[in-house]
Amino acid sequence: MFDALAERIQSTLEKFGRKGRIDKETLEKGLREIKLALLEADVNYKVVSNFISDIREKALGAEVVKGVNPAQQLVKIVHDELVEALGGEEAKLNLKNKPAVILLIGLQGSGKTTTAAKLANFLKKQGKKVLLTSADVYRPAAMLQLKKLGEKIGVPVFLEENEKDAVKISKDALKKTRDENYDVLIIDTAGRLHIDEELLEEARRIREETNPDEVLFVIDAMTGQEAVNIAKAFNDAVGMTGIILTKMDSDSRGGVALSVKGVTGKPIKFAGTGEKIEDFEQFYPDRVASRILGMGDVVSLVEKA
Amino acid sequence: KKTRDALGLSQLSGRNVDESLFEELEERLILADVGVKTTLELIDYLKKEAKRRKIKKSDELLELLKEKIKEMLRTCKGELNLNEKPSVILVLGVNGVGKTTTIGKLAKQLKDKEYSVVLAAADTFRAAAIEQLEVWAERAGVRIVKGQEGTDPAAVVYDAIQSIKAKGEDVLIVDTAGRLHNKERLMREIHKIKKVIGREFPGQPAEILLVLDANTGQNAISQAKAFKEITDVTGIALTKLDGTAKGGIVIAICNDLKVPIKFVGIGEKIEDLRKFDPEEFTEALFSE
Ligand SMILES: Nc1nc2c(ncn2[C@@H]2O[C@H](COP(=O)(O)OP(=O)(O)OP(=O)(O)O)[C@@H](O)[C@H]2O)c(=O)[nH]1
Ligand SMILES: Nc1nc2c(ncn2[C@@H]2O[C@H](COP(=O)(O)OP(=O)(O)OP(=O)(O)O)[C@@H](O)[C@H]2O)c(=O)[nH]1
Ligand SMILES: [Mg+2]
Ligand SMILES: [Mg+2]
Repeated sequence: MFDALAERIQSTLEKFGRKGRIDKETLEKGLREIKLALLEADVNYKVVSNFISDIREKALGAEVVKGVNPAQQLVKIVHDELVEALGGEEAKLNLKNKPAVILLIGLQGSGKTTTAAKLANFLKKQGKKVLLTSADVYRPAAMLQLKKLGEKIGVPVFLEENEKDAVKISKDALKKTRDENYDVLIIDTAGRLHIDEELLEEARRIREETNPDEVLFVIDAMTGQEAVNIAKAFNDAVGMTGIILTKMDSDSRGGVALSVKGVTGKPIKFAGTGEKIEDFEQFYPDRVASRILGMGDVVSLVEKA
Repeated sequence: KKTRDALGLSQLSGRNVDESLFEELEERLILADVGVKTTLELIDYLKKEAKRRKIKKSDELLELLKEKIKEMLRTCKGELNLNEKPSVILVLGVNGVGKTTTIGKLAKQLKDKEYSVVLAAADTFRAAAIEQLEVWAERAGVRIVKGQEGTDPAAVVYDAIQSIKAKGEDVLIVDTAGRLHNKERLMREIHKIKKVIGREFPGQPAEILLVLDANTGQNAISQAKAFKEITDVTGIALTKLDGTAKGGIVIAICNDLKVPIKFVGIGEKIEDLRKFDPEEFTEALFSE
């Protein structure tokens, strides 16, 4: 899939020829290829349409760099736009309060519990005193899962295993965080659908009661077209301050990054790159832009020129 | 109340057949995760048929599209094969798609049909995966065979087989750890599990179910391809159709790979598993 796309972009480049400028007709042909490439990367259809319009304007007005053919230049413009649309620079965690609270939300199976442990480990390594808690009162063995992960990384996990009220657990965990002088509390929540009013209300109440510094929306990098509706619904109903993209170790092209960033305007802060605790990194917009386009070389070629 | 936000194709009713209609159809199919390749094929087909049959109104064209999709999906309808005693069902899929939950639901359905069912907890990797399956075994009222976290999954399967041999039970369902299809080492592990099963029960596993998440985009094709390549996948279970995702990717998978689709998951509760019904699935795509 990856190679096929790289080849196709290459052939688009050839179709453009070396005319020295991007004319309207070749531009439209090129844009069609780029549109298909973005759709194949699972970027949402509407997001693609808007993106292509932006590119059309930029490309028509663009000066042609010497030593670079117009096609290569178009791809460079697309790539730069993508990086920009993905957030430009890497985004950092924003923990102002002491103690600071991080709330994780998202669909079922997106990777919240694993990410909670990864984040805890990441902050622990920065010398922070971290407490984890599980407000998942639904999924079988959800609390035990977090407990085991906590043990593995040596971060305490606050649990109320018989409590059925997720809001109460969160409040009690925050109290413990304050009483025992922790720097950060990370709250793992149950997976929920973005159309499940009752559970969205629960998440909203956890947010109100714990006033988090960061509400991070966790989404699977393999998600398809619905990602925009899902992210938008979570953002509208619960609110979020950032996004974490998991399962980036898959061969998904990760177009979902553009979709969720586009629809929420919230920064993507981290990427999960495996099942192990240490498989966790900053989100790098430029790398992901190249991945979405299934390329790499073209950009550096233009950069060198 | 959860409602399924479908393709909304009926909004295209009463229109003339022209380029803009085809464009909108393309948009909607892609938005339903039908995938670029299959969408373009479907649009091509519609264009040709519109010309050949001189179709002027959108309704007729939509009817044609619906029929085409149904026809494709009908070829992918399949029943669970439990003809042998014992029958082994091996459940595979990438991380977090709903394997363990689907097994809990399936165990309950089979138990209700008077099968004696045993679950093997062969996800020895993910934290608390064993305990999660244990809860499902309890809910379904079936027996579970498990080992220690971190041990060899094939060894757990072996133990499970010995124990159902001794007790003469009907069905063994094997839960496995989530594995990404692009990770060779994890994919090879499937061979080892399968070999243990085949050695003890020749001809088994009768079913190798691949679980796919309806929220997944075109990567689902890549998943289905890779799992099919490494082993004989006999069916697909498509989960999380209770969300807003249309799961259109199974149309592409059916079209490209011809793997039968056997179940759909429509919730987190034990009763939320249905047989895949091409008519119902297609109607849901086209309804408001
Ligand atoms: N390959 C890979 N697997 C991941 C990653 N993050 C999480 N997982 C796996 O995805 C599966 C689901 O992860 P969980 O952390 O349980 O997901 P969750 O969002 O807490 O799930 P629910 O609580 O059921 O909603 C597990 O098998 C994890 O090991 C990642 O970055 N890469
Ligand atoms: N809404 C909805 N959620 C589901 C469905 N099936 C499973 N889930 C949820 O998805 C999450 C992951 O399900 P699991 O059964 O743990 O998935 P898995 O494939 O076994 O995950 P790993 O073993 O970690 O790879 C859980 O929160 C389930 O409750 C479904 O049909 N609809
Ligand atoms: Mg969880
Ligand atoms: Mg599982």
